[in-house]
Amino acid sequence: MGKVLMKGNEAVAEAAILAGCRYFFGYPITPQNEIPEYMARRLPEVGGVFLQAESEISAINMVFGAAGSGARVMTSSSGPGISLKQEGISYLAGAELPCVIVNMARGGPGLGNIAPSQSDYFQATRGGGHGDYRMIVFGPASVQELADLTLKAFDLADKYRNPVMILGDGILGQMMEPVKFKTNKAREIPAKPWATNGARGRKRNLITSLYIVPEELEKHCLKLKAKYDEISSREKRHDSYFADDAEIILAAYGTTARICKAVVDQAREEGIRAGLIRPVTLWPFPDAPYCKAANSAKAFLTVEMSTGQMIDDVRLAVNGKKPIYFYGRTGGVVPSKAEILAEVKKILERGALEWKRYLRGHNQ
Amino acid sequence: MTDKPMHFCPGCTHGVIQRLVGEVIDELGIQEETIAVGPVGCAVFCYDYWDVDFHQASHGRAPAVATGIKRVHPDKVVFSLQGDGDIAAIGTAEIIHAAARGEKITCLFVNNSIYGMTGGQMAPTTIVSQKTTTSPWGRDSGQAGYPVKLTEMLAILDGTAYCARVSVHNPAHILNAKKAIRKAFEVQLNKKGFSLVEILSTCPTNWGLPPLEAVKWLEDNMLSYFPLGEYKAAAGV
Repeated sequence: MGKVLMKGNEAVAEAAILAGCRYFFGYPITPQNEIPEYMARRLPEVGGVFLQAESEISAINMVFGAAGSGARVMTSSSGPGISLKQEGISYLAGAELPCVIVNMARGGPGLGNIAPSQSDYFQATRGGGHGDYRMIVFGPASVQELADLTLKAFDLADKYRNPVMILGDGILGQMMEPVKFKTNKAREIPAKPWATNGARGRKRNLITSLYIVPEELEKHCLKLKAKYDEISSREKRHDSYFADDAEIILAAYGTTARICKAVVDQAREEGIRAGLIRPVTLWPFPDAPYCKAANSAKAFLTVEMSTGQMIDDVRLAVNGKKPIYFYGRTGGVVPSKAEILAEVKKILERGALEWKRYLRGHNQ
Repeated sequence: MTDKPMHFCPGCTHGVIQRLVGEVIDELGIQEETIAVGPVGCAVFCYDYWDVDFHQASHGRAPAVATGIKRVHPDKVVFSLQGDGDIAAIGTAEIIHAAARGEKITCLFVNNSIYGMTGGQMAPTTIVSQKTTTSPWGRDSGQAGYPVKLTEMLAILDGTAYCARVSVHNPAHILNAKKAIRKAFEVQLNKKGFSLVEILSTCPTNWGLPPLEAVKWLEDNMLSYFPLGEYKAAAGV
């Protein structure tokens, strides 16, 4: 298949089908409606099932049932709907069920609005539901990457028996770009001897997150922790752009990373050595490249469509070695290249003395 | 059934219901074809008793979980067992829409008019004037409204192929209850649509009554508010 022009939402849906996803349960919410609409048309063509649930709560629990039954399954929503799914996500993580959850994030809190936002970062990466669990989270920055990472998400979900989230936003979901689907062959879906499909000739399978004896739940949580540690050591992904010789490193993911890339280009044209480190996995967060850059860069600027969430992970990675500034627009407002570039210049103009003062203040 | 001793309180009729379900599964010869979904509540440990593939659902969501399973395995038998709080309060949306879709699953609804596992709070099916820990002077309909008649509500939906209310307070009714449970499974096996059986059950511990008095309380108070019978049996069922 050559390149096709597609909306981000549609690319996610098509990639899911190519990944072998045959079940989709969802509920309408803007700006992700093209995903369930695409699935409603396409899944019956490939022998799959699309079902519009009565709520996001029901949708994620249908995902729980289908995932436990051994199927590749997906749901998608946006901010408020993802909040409703959190209980189900916690149960999925607890019962170690693989599935893919898409959040085309919108402005919040509350009903907020339908404009693009990155203010669901904490919810996605910190475990929005209850309990001691982690979820793999991808932060794609283009329609191509939405497709590639959706394919990857299904493989990782099965590999680790864990929910995986694609965290996009209203821009990524709605914009059209050329995309090439890098798989034509049928995906190999691993055997799932733990799944429920009728206990014929074997011992029965039990899908549960209930461990009523504290020592048993502790054992289960420690087993999960070992799995999360393995994911952390193997699955961190990032993309660096002129980071090696940069005096200022921009940190941004998704839509804002695209804008920051243009900022780096403009800055370099003006003789400013700017660079960008873009996390592709938001959990596990790729801390090593930031840590390394802290040895050579003078300062960092985290740019987000929020009041500052990912900056916490950048701070943990840089660990007080260099000052980290923040620029963000929130409520569905997208920061412009000019605004960010102005911020870059402001930071560089402050100079070494001001940076030292900043660090003293923050490291006390 | 497994050999595990049940955890239910003395005199509770939950165990009778679990046994009836096990007997029906054996009589229909569907043990290896069945996937059960458990609730949150007194029946939370029912995976310990039925020797079938099993999903433990979150509170109220069993019909949604069962939907996900059934859509993946349309030829398997998928059923849930849920208490009154689970199915008629927190899970109201899930049960109504599973029925409305004509989801080919079976839901067994154990109604003992109280939250048992959490210690006797007012349930959506608590009778007016019934005392619970959260209606200490008796359920006041002016303040807390009226019990939910779920089986009647589901009967008017086109997707419901079969729904009935039975009781397990004496041997004759236990036999009737088993017939209804069997019929509900047969409706699913014949792919007729959604089926539900509401089963009136006792809770001596939280009603504060000895087992025999609890049986009498069910007879005297629940039967008049929750009349027994088949509320829907679609053509061909």
